[in-house]
Amino acid sequence: MLPDLATVPPTSIRGRLLAHLPPVATLGPLLALFLAGAFFTSQTDRFLSGSNFSLILQQVMVVGVVAIGQTLVILTAGIDLSCGMLMSIGSIVMTKLAVDSEMNPYLAILCGLLVSTAFGFLNGALITRVKLPAFIVTLGTLNIAFAITQIYSKSQTVSGLPEALEFFGRTFRVGQTAVTYGTVLMLIMYLVAWFVLRDTAPGRHVYALGNNAEATRLMGIDTARMLLVVYTLAGFVYGIAALLLVARTGVGDPQAGQTDNLDSITAVVLGGTSLFGGRGNILGTLLGALIVGVFRNGLTLMGVASVYQILITGILVILAVTTDQLSRRKG
Amino acid sequence: MTEPRPTPILEARGLVKRYGHVTALDGADFQLLAGEILAVIGDNGAGKSTLIKALAGAIIPDAGEILLDGKPVRFHSPLDARRQGIETVYQDLAVAPAMSIAENLFLGREPKRTGLLGWLGALDKKKMLAEAMRHMQSLKIGIRSMKQAVETLSGGQRQGVAVARSAAFARHVVIMDEPTAALGVKEGNMVLELIRRVRDRGLPVILISHNMPHVFEIADRIHIARLGKRAAVVNPKHISMSDTVAVMTGAKRPEELPAQALA
Repeated sequence: MLPDLATVPPTSIRGRLLAHLPPVATLGPLLALFLAGAFFTSQTDRFLSGSNFSLILQQVMVVGVVAIGQTLVILTAGIDLSCGMLMSIGSIVMTKLAVDSEMNPYLAILCGLLVSTAFGFLNGALITRVKLPAFIVTLGTLNIAFAITQIYSKSQTVSGLPEALEFFGRTFRVGQTAVTYGTVLMLIMYLVAWFVLRDTAPGRHVYALGNNAEATRLMGIDTARMLLVVYTLAGFVYGIAALLLVARTGVGDPQAGQTDNLDSITAVVLGGTSLFGGRGNILGTLLGALIVGVFRNGLTLMGVASVYQILITGILVILAVTTDQLSRRKG
Repeated sequence: MTEPRPTPILEARGLVKRYGHVTALDGADFQLLAGEILAVIGDNGAGKSTLIKALAGAIIPDAGEILLDGKPVRFHSPLDARRQGIETVYQDLAVAPAMSIAENLFLGREPKRTGLLGWLGALDKKKMLAEAMRHMQSLKIGIRSMKQAVETLSGGQRQGVAVARSAAFARHVVIMDEPTAALGVKEGNMVLELIRRVRDRGLPVILISHNMPHVFEIADRIHIARLGKRAAVVNPKHISMSDTVAVMTGAKRPEELPAQALA
């Protein structure tokens, strides 16, 4: 008589616990955000106020949206180093067309979105059709998009934007606190992404692809096409971020977007999404972006020079990746 | 007394596949009968895996034909074969480790909810959990929660998930490619038992294996591949393991075997 699978204890106690507890990955970032908030509250009395929180949200809104695209890419076990520059090129295209070419501002926005999306498509096409590593492809498009941005804008800031481009920077009041429409758009995008990733087949296939690409392909899912869609969609999301960037700063700045590559990856990783793909939660990314925002804001209020903020962001990302790596090794 | 032979469920005639100068299949024949476990064995380079890939739709043969229930079929991709009711279990535990058992069972075939949420693309997770539980129980795989991530399972249980997945969706044939190769002795035996249960539910199984004791324990017939052809089909009840290996390696010709050893 052969042993029966049913007679074997189904799993370890740890396995059963893991099945029922909320993912630890989402509790960690929440705790870190709380600790960072508590720390800065103790350091400066200007931190804990509605207007400062509103400011943090405004500061987070651009990188927060970029990080949505970055999360999609990282969930597939890829990486997008070009995100900040794809946003930058989109923002320059929409402001230059609207101001210098006097194009209809809505059409200009559409063109900006299209350019960012097209670059995302280029990333996806090179990765899936030519089968190049995402790291190298996006490093290449980062430089290409940066150079085109500089050439097209002659490295000049575009100012005097029509109203349509500044809409998402405008505010409405909730009690005493001014909230920008851009923040609301960011939150809506997170909710949509959360629903799609958690509850729909394409969303689950993104996780499956990041978990085990070969198994996903063998189950009849067109993984190459999915990757192409993910990178293209990420490009589109960076285009939306470009619109928010323009609205927030009120100018088309060809030097913008340079910190968003690292900041978006930091937000994703701090939010508990694994760089190895297939694990994580988009709402964690929002928390991760807020952690980065709180650190930047708190350190500024404490009078810490911005170079040190970059230093601390660097340390944060390495800490977060280390945690991810160690927890995988134990598992 | 000769009875008319029943139509094989899956049959291949004269399959040829060349890779440059290498001929992997050189006119290979194949027959899978209803309700049987057919083991396919062969040395490296005997054309065993190329044959299976052709049957599973993973490669397109240069010549020859494949018949399913007596009707000619052409598979252009593994998806084609799956649509025709042929499911494959791969040796390297083809599952998504961080995802739940239910999600793995339905990967690529998720049921949608009805109503507005369904229109938005929301999956019917309740149905997935209930059906997953039903499939796992029908194969007597005792796992309490279908929400459990597959990575929390043992290797044998993971393979159980893969077997349950193919058994749940296969209408005609289940192909198992070295399903016990990555497993320990005890878990390997559990998976053998699972394969029997799949057959007992009426699905014929093609089992590719290097493990002779496993093959002899479970197979109803053994297809021996050699030099890109079918060397013989033998009956494990009437042939020794050493004679089987001798045919497989070419040390013995099939004609030298006693008549009852052939199946």
